[in-house]
Amino acid sequence: MEQKLIVDGKRIDGRTFDQLRPMEARAGILKNADGSGYFRLGRTIAIAGIFGPRQVHPRHMEEAEAAILKCRYNMASFSTTERNRPGPSRRSKEISKVIREALMPVLFLEEFPKSAIDLHVEILQADASTRCAGINAASIALADAGIPMRDLIASCSVGVVEGQIMLDIAGKEDTEGDVDLPIAYYPKRDLITLLQMDGMVTREQLKQLLELAKKGAMQVYEAQRQALRSKYLEE
Amino acid sequence: MAERELVIPGDMLGEGISGSGTYMENGKIFASVLGLAERRDKLIFVIPLNGIYSPKTGDGVIGKIEDIAFSHWIVNINAPYSGVLPLNEAVTDFVDLTKTDLTKYFNYDDIIFVKISNVTKTKSIQLTMKDRKCRKLYGGRLIKITPAKVPRIIGKGGSMVELIKNHTGCQIVVGQNGIVWIKGEKEDLAIEAIQYIEEKSHITGLTDKIKEMLEKKTGKGDENGTKINS
Repeated sequence: MEQKLIVDGKRIDGRTFDQLRPMEARAGILKNADGSGYFRLGRTIAIAGIFGPRQVHPRHMEEAEAAILKCRYNMASFSTTERNRPGPSRRSKEISKVIREALMPVLFLEEFPKSAIDLHVEILQADASTRCAGINAASIALADAGIPMRDLIASCSVGVVEGQIMLDIAGKEDTEGDVDLPIAYYPKRDLITLLQMDGMVTREQLKQLLELAKKGAMQVYEAQRQALRSKYLEE
Repeated sequence: MAERELVIPGDMLGEGISGSGTYMENGKIFASVLGLAERRDKLIFVIPLNGIYSPKTGDGVIGKIEDIAFSHWIVNINAPYSGVLPLNEAVTDFVDLTKTDLTKYFNYDDIIFVKISNVTKTKSIQLTMKDRKCRKLYGGRLIKITPAKVPRIIGKGGSMVELIKNHTGCQIVVGQNGIVWIKGEKEDLAIEAIQYIEEKSHITGLTDKIKEMLEKKTGKGDENGTKINS
C-alpha cells in the first residue's frame, strides 16, 4: 500500500511546502570543549564541539601559514531506528569532508599558523538532513569557541516530492521522494558552500530549489544568531 | 552603534578603522568574533568573550616546563605553540653545561611565571625570566580561565585581584594566558571568587558584587588581609 506524501496541499507531517521543521539552537552546551553548539531540526539532533586552535598531531600535517581544520562527523549507534554500526564509514568520511569544506570559506585560518582546529560533529538522532544540522551546530560551536570568522554558515535541505518542490525534506519524503538537495549558505556573500543532490531535476527546478533553500537557510541563520545572543543576554 | 553591544561574527559595525576582532570588506567593518563591540574615535574593535590565548610580546604568562633540551627549556604556555626559554634568559649565574644538570633550575612540570620576549612571524615564542616579576612558583594551586577574561580578573589597575588578595590573604599571580596561580589558606574562597568573575564578567558593577560576596564569606571587612598585602 502506498501512502500519499502530499494530502490536501499539505505534507505528511502537516507542514506547508516552504516550512522548516521546528528548530532549536543552543550555544555552549558542553563544558569540556572550547566551544560547542546544539542544533535540532524536527527529530534530527546534532551537537558539535570545538577544540583549539591547538598543536597539530601528527606534526607532519602542520601547515606553515594557516591553521588546519579537522572535522569528524559521527552518527551515534542509537541515532537510527536500526542500530547504526559505530565507527567511521564511507558515508561518515564523506560527510566529514563536505562539512569541513562548507565551513572553511568563513574561517580566518591564517591567524593561527601551525595549529589545528578540531571539530567534532555528533548526530544523536537522525531523521534526514543530518549534515545540515551538523553544519548548523558546527557554525554555532565555532563562534562560541571565539574563532575568528567572517560569517556563520547556515544549512538546510530542499527537495522534490511527487513533482512538488519543498523545503526541509524529512522522514518519508527523504526515503521516497524524488530529489534531496542539501545546501550550506554563506549569507554575507550570497555563496553556496555545499551542494549535493540525489535524483534528477530540470534547470528551471534547480533555480527554484536554490531560491527556496536560501530562504530556508536565512531562517536557520536567524536561529543560530539568536542562540549565540541568548547565551550572554539572559540575565 | 550602542556602547559595548554584543555582536556575532558577520555583524556590520559601520565605517572606520578596523581593530582587533573585526575585518573589513568593501569599506565596511564587520565583527569576526563573538564579543562586545567598542568604538574609540574611528577605531572599531571587538572584545572577545571566549577564545584561546594568542601570545603577544611583553605578556607575562604562567607556564609549565614541558621538556628540557641541551641549553633551553620548552614551556607549555596554554597556547597553540610552546615557548622556548633559553638558559641565558633564565639564570644569571655562569653555568658549565658539561657539568650541570638543568633540572637544578627548572625540572619537568615546574610552574614558572615568565615573560614573552618575542613572537616571530612563524610563531616561535621566545621567553625570558629577566623581569622583576618572573619566578618559579612553588606549591599553590592553578586554575584555568578564559584568556579573554583576564583583564576582568585583574581589574582596573589591579583593583580586582587586589581585592581578592586582601580578603583571602592568598598570594595570587595571574598570567595573561588565562592561568591563575593561588597560594594561601583560603585558596577555595579565592578560586570561588575568580570563577564567579569569569562567569559573570559581562555584567556591570562586578567589583562591588565580589566585595560583598567576599565580606559575607570571610565574615568581616578588609582588615583581615591588609597586613598580608604583599
